[in-house]
Amino acid sequence: MKQVSRETMEYDVVIVGAGPAGLAAAIRLKQLDADCQVVVLEKGSEVGAHILSGAVLDPCGLDTLIPDWKDKGAPVTVAVKEDNFYMLGEAGQVRIPNFPMPPLMSNHGNYIVSMGNVCRWMAEQAEGLGVDIFPGMSVSELVYAEDGSVKGVVAGEFGKNPDGSQSEAYEPGMELHGKYVFLGEGVRGSLAQQVISKFDLSKGHEPQKYGLGMKEIWEIDPAKHVEGRVTHTMGWPLGKNAGGGSFIYHLENNQVYVGFVVHLNYKNPHLFPYMEFQRFKHHPMVADLLEGGKRVAYGARAISEGGYQSMPKMVAPGVALLGCSVGMVNVPRIKGNHNAILSGKAAAEAAFAAIQAGRSGDELSEYEAEVRNGAIGKDLKTVRNVKPLWSKYGLVASLVVGGLDMWTNTFGVSLMGTLKHGKTDAAATEIADRHKVIEYPKPDGKLSFDRLTNVAFSFTNHEENQPAHLTLKDVSEPVKINLPKFGGPAARYCPAGVYEFVEEEGKAPRFIINFQNCVHCKTCDIKDPGQNIVWTTPQGGDGPNYPNM
Amino acid sequence: MKVLVPVKRVIDYNVKVRVKADGSGVDLANVKMSMNPFDEISVEQAIRLKEAGQVDEIVVVSIGVKQAQETLRTALAMGADRAILVVATDDLHNDIEPLAVAKILKAIVDEEKPGLVLTGKQAIDNDMNATGQMLSALLGWSQATFASEVEIAGDKAKVSREVDGGMQTIEVTMPTVITVDLRLNEPRYASLPNIMKAKKKQMDEKTPANYGVDVTNRLEIVKTVEPAERAAGIKVASVDELVAKLKEAGAV
Repeated sequence: MKQVSRETMEYDVVIVGAGPAGLAAAIRLKQLDADCQVVVLEKGSEVGAHILSGAVLDPCGLDTLIPDWKDKGAPVTVAVKEDNFYMLGEAGQVRIPNFPMPPLMSNHGNYIVSMGNVCRWMAEQAEGLGVDIFPGMSVSELVYAEDGSVKGVVAGEFGKNPDGSQSEAYEPGMELHGKYVFLGEGVRGSLAQQVISKFDLSKGHEPQKYGLGMKEIWEIDPAKHVEGRVTHTMGWPLGKNAGGGSFIYHLENNQVYVGFVVHLNYKNPHLFPYMEFQRFKHHPMVADLLEGGKRVAYGARAISEGGYQSMPKMVAPGVALLGCSVGMVNVPRIKGNHNAILSGKAAAEAAFAAIQAGRSGDELSEYEAEVRNGAIGKDLKTVRNVKPLWSKYGLVASLVVGGLDMWTNTFGVSLMGTLKHGKTDAAATEIADRHKVIEYPKPDGKLSFDRLTNVAFSFTNHEENQPAHLTLKDVSEPVKINLPKFGGPAARYCPAGVYEFVEEEGKAPRFIINFQNCVHCKTCDIKDPGQNIVWTTPQGGDGPNYPNM
Repeated sequence: MKVLVPVKRVIDYNVKVRVKADGSGVDLANVKMSMNPFDEISVEQAIRLKEAGQVDEIVVVSIGVKQAQETLRTALAMGADRAILVVATDDLHNDIEPLAVAKILKAIVDEEKPGLVLTGKQAIDNDMNATGQMLSALLGWSQATFASEVEIAGDKAKVSREVDGGMQTIEVTMPTVITVDLRLNEPRYASLPNIMKAKKKQMDEKTPANYGVDVTNRLEIVKTVEPAERAAGIKVASVDELVAKLKEAGAV
């Protein structure tokens, strides 16, 4: 292989990922010191292209970062006006009244937003302050200093052949060095995973837990549209097979976000999260809403659900993890964007003070202390037992007990201390023979769609002539172990149809990776039973091109 | 020789276009936009001509909304030398028509005096395939459309054109307008160091008024509709059944 020589550029802070956390950090650094050199690298073709979130936004993060966000034209305009919660049965539903809900689950004062658009707006604010933002640039490697601290990243490598060799169009990318590197890659970031493992940051913390969120944007009959209406459901169709639920948010222009979340600690490997979502839309309550409407976009993304006890140590020499690279979603509130913004702000403030004091390349422990003891920690600590209760005792018990715990926690008392999550989601998967095969109805093409048709609505594209970015530690494991033992779950847990087991008569089964379909949700990296799939970054600009997700 | 390369900002080729609810056009709000792929090929060709020593300056121009400056920055990062942005509208749904674009380009050619205009054969958003031809007529220059090979020698350009069922090679006299086809070359990546350097390259901002051109649309969009959805297929068990079904459908 040819020797790669790269140009180098020095910054004060290098930020990976133009999501709410990374952009908040960039903005805060520039607010504190207009001369601070800040660069943000984003693998999506543009800012927002890889952002997928519900989302009902609690503006508390924006309020502290950009208090005049309203005057600055933030796309945060649809206030939540109506908040409904239903328990679904196959043919009907029971509305759960709002009064027994713990006060912190109320959506009063929150907004229905497209986080993609919020990030586009935040990027404009950041650029206005002089931040360099480079979308379409994947960060493929971390660069370490001789003392083992992180000193930078490699970004913008293009033009590798499928076998890893350099094509004629090869561009080596460049090294961006910083006094500190912030990783705001979102859930299960590929560099964050490396840092967590290299510096053993999970030690003493519970394993991270995840959900898979899938989302469609629908344009519906104006007569059925109620701007500002928020609906959440639980129960059917998942029932006892898995934890999870749905959201339906009415935003502007007769559009509705329809989403479905499946907790990835499900045991039955026959479960097909994507088909659960499709089936859900045929519930009479949902079907009636969507009837005559049009699905205009689709996407999927993993969600961190481990909460307070799963947050790893978030700093190591020269590097800090932000937002959901740590895992800051408040599960019962189904919100994390406010914490992402607050974490970016906290990291920026810690880095600013450190740089002022002449420090660099060390641990920003002030940032970690602020996350754990400040607003983020308070938000997450109160609800820390909901998810473990849900996993252990099922939905109803967790709602009753967890709800009670949340009530008491709001008064500063806990009934049960902090519960553990136990197993990782990968280890939760059980042997296929012990579970029933689940039959899913065929999509009708009107309300429900087959997976590949829907993937086309994520506007995903990957340069075909490059190495597959989904890599296997052991190439034989899918066919040798996962297929016989777990019924080949990769073919089902992937919401984009990346993985296939091809079984032809007289031939050994083959495992196919259609990496071109990948929507960068990271579920495979999380749920593969043997943790054999490693998600890495493809060429910059590849992946989904979400509009207003 | 100087070469002028007009580039257009269009809806990205990966995006599934969606017609606005009122049928007035394609919805572009928050949709990914990119350089028209044919224009990317013309930028690449200009750079190759420069690398071959046949061109000494590449000027790229874009006419449309202000955001087209991103498209120009991409061209500069690929290797163009200088850019002209003509802000002709602030409504991203307003597609400036080919004749208005050609008139502005003619005025720019009169000012810049390039020896060659290289551009995409058409834009993938409206597929008009007209601007290059109109510009050639307005300038009184020769034209070579759908180029898949370009060779310049002295005051002649030899251009292979993709025509129905084969190739046609023509020779035109310079200066000329060449519109390029898909197979002419494969555009290079805009590398990160070059994107950084491109930020410092010159970009002049103009308006149609600077060139005395009225960009009011002359065409009225009556209706825009999406193609009919493909009906779902069925699986047949045997060849006989397939034949029977085809007969039923009147296909054989």
